[in-house]
Amino acid sequence: MAIKAKRVPMREQDPEVRRRNFNEVALGYSLEEAVEEAKRCLQCKKPMCVEGCPVNVMIPQFIAAVVEGDIEEAFKIIRRTNNLPAICGRVCPQETQCEQRCVLGKRGEPVAIGRLERFVADYCMDRGIDDEVDIKPNGKKVAIVGAGPAGLTAAADLAKLGYDVTIFEAFHEPGGVLIYGIPEFRLPKALVKKEIEGLKKLGVKILTNVIVGKSITIDELLEEGYKAVFIGSGAGLPKFMGIPGENLNGVYSANEFLTRINLMKAYDFPNSHTPIKRGKKVAVVGGGNVAMDAARSALRLGADEVHIVYRRSEAEMPARLEEIHHAKEEGIIFDVLTNPVEILGQDGWVKGLKCIRMELGEPDESGRRRPVPVKDSEFVMDADIVIMAIGTSPNPLIASTTPGLEVQKWGGIIADEETGATSKDRVYAGGDAVTGAATVILAMGAGKKAAKAIHERLSKE
Amino acid sequence: MYRILRKEKLAPGIWLMKVEAPFVARRAMPGQFIILRVKEGGERIPLTIADYDSRQGWVTIIFQEVGLTTRLLAKLDEGDTIQDFVGPLGKASELDGLKRVLCIGGGVGVAPLYPQIKYLWEKGTSVDVIVGARSREYLILEDEIRGICHNLYITTDDGSYGRKGFVSDVLKELLEQGNRYDRVIAIGPLIMMKVVSGITKQYDVPTVVSMNPVMVDGTGMCGGCRVTVGGQVRYACVDGPDFDGHLVDFDEAMRRQRMYREEEEHICKLTEKLTEKEGL
Repeated sequence: MAIKAKRVPMREQDPEVRRRNFNEVALGYSLEEAVEEAKRCLQCKKPMCVEGCPVNVMIPQFIAAVVEGDIEEAFKIIRRTNNLPAICGRVCPQETQCEQRCVLGKRGEPVAIGRLERFVADYCMDRGIDDEVDIKPNGKKVAIVGAGPAGLTAAADLAKLGYDVTIFEAFHEPGGVLIYGIPEFRLPKALVKKEIEGLKKLGVKILTNVIVGKSITIDELLEEGYKAVFIGSGAGLPKFMGIPGENLNGVYSANEFLTRINLMKAYDFPNSHTPIKRGKKVAVVGGGNVAMDAARSALRLGADEVHIVYRRSEAEMPARLEEIHHAKEEGIIFDVLTNPVEILGQDGWVKGLKCIRMELGEPDESGRRRPVPVKDSEFVMDADIVIMAIGTSPNPLIASTTPGLEVQKWGGIIADEETGATSKDRVYAGGDAVTGAATVILAMGAGKKAAKAIHERLSKE
Repeated sequence: MYRILRKEKLAPGIWLMKVEAPFVARRAMPGQFIILRVKEGGERIPLTIADYDSRQGWVTIIFQEVGLTTRLLAKLDEGDTIQDFVGPLGKASELDGLKRVLCIGGGVGVAPLYPQIKYLWEKGTSVDVIVGARSREYLILEDEIRGICHNLYITTDDGSYGRKGFVSDVLKELLEQGNRYDRVIAIGPLIMMKVVSGITKQYDVPTVVSMNPVMVDGTGMCGGCRVTVGGQVRYACVDGPDFDGHLVDFDEAMRRQRMYREEEEHICKLTEKLTEKEGL
């Protein structure tokens, strides 16, 4: 039977409907659809897809189980290397990882690995199916700083190896960026909570409302008998452009805007007590996934018009193609090759955004063509809310309170790429705290590597 | 969950709560603050630490009922628990190496000033204190402060106790009389801190104020607490809350403080209706 060139499409909420609700956009495969898609997999002897996965999910094996209709087995296979499949199936950039390497992609569309992973995880979660793990406690305590993707992954791997793991989380809820950053319509929070419940079943303790670097220091953790510490504190500090008007009322960092909506549920104000300003005309500055999330959230809060303002062209946008596509479908307006130079105000509130047109010049150090301003091309766009989504930098709280922990000039913790080992004995780090803002799956990969390195180190003692 | 060990009414609408919070107490220092959430679905609000005991693991907060969250908090009793309570946040006040300090507190701002006065007094610093309140019944911590300073000056807006007038009147007098301080520490409403800083600038007295802007996480993540200090944007949560009063852009801070006024009024009205209806 010939392999179909096209993948089985995944059902989605209609753009006209979903642009006004926070429910998940993508609706997932049915069992039949999943089996049909799984049959497209060629079961390569040397699967390139696995190499493209930061946590090396055994992709052909789990897909083979789906073809057999044995979803539980598929789940067990995925869980051997990935603790958070329902999350990865949704937010991983598969198009640049596993799926990019799929042989089928050369002639047609690659196997929809992400959608299949999501299907398997959802199917088992809905039915309360969990893989049994036989844990032999070894009594050794390990502390994890931050309950985001890196920390949760490191915690799960270490708990399965028998370690007594405690996660310290600054917020009142664990999940990190999965909870405060990525919106409900891309990653339902109930699902993140279930994944975290699974972690607790492995014996992992999660202490919320504890800020390492403030409530307790890394050195104090080591003194208190933790044999190793893994820092997965993320890249939390929002960047601003440094242009006039950024402190006007109505200017948000994407972090604040999304945290108010996702973690604090400001979209449900006044039932939820945290307020948020709902703009009529919203301008989001930036071209990454966070910018797309902020723009689509602003639309769902009821904005008449939402603009993405990006200084390069669409081809250079760091956001996933799928996110750009979804944003456009929902009616987000893209103003590319446009750079803000000033936020204009009236009586202290945002009134507009003064921008300049850009054109692409020679490639810069990132390999992307450098945007340069077009002379005398300034113009003003109306806006009552401006959201800055131009990146984040690591939080200095830990580095500044941990003597002996070396950091890069820009604040990232210096850690070995393969082991996560830092300049400080028994202290490991990974995720955005090390790399600067990156992806959920890369953070998970780093958590995995560090867990392995911590185990190698501690099992010798 | 964080248990309320003691609750005391200090003045109409002003409450003291001693809260069991070992992770906050163990490293707390004067000038730092906490963020709390009364219950699920609640807002995160910052409150300055008024007192603490690191060994016994408790922290005291003093707050005024101004919005929904503080009103919900005031409804809790001894033995009840607060959903979330995190800290200590912000930088500790720099209080070492000072010889003579004038501390100025306005309204409920006297509460965060108290641990600083106490710290200075214990270090043998000479401390004068000016405390201002709307009227006698709104004056808080008078007895506590009287015992740990050299001179205590009290003002009330209506003259019902102490001197009639504002803290700035006494400040001006003290400086005019030739009193020299190596620092003024002022905590209170933004307008009070602005006026105080304006006066001390004329006399060239270094002045530290404590900012309490809108914030969400309190760890530098949201950037909502941006304050312009000497032309630079600073985050009150991680760079402050203490800043040089002569450099703070108070007008901007007052404007930013009003960002959610509409929403606050809306939610307070709604809950008033609920309160009437359900007798909450």
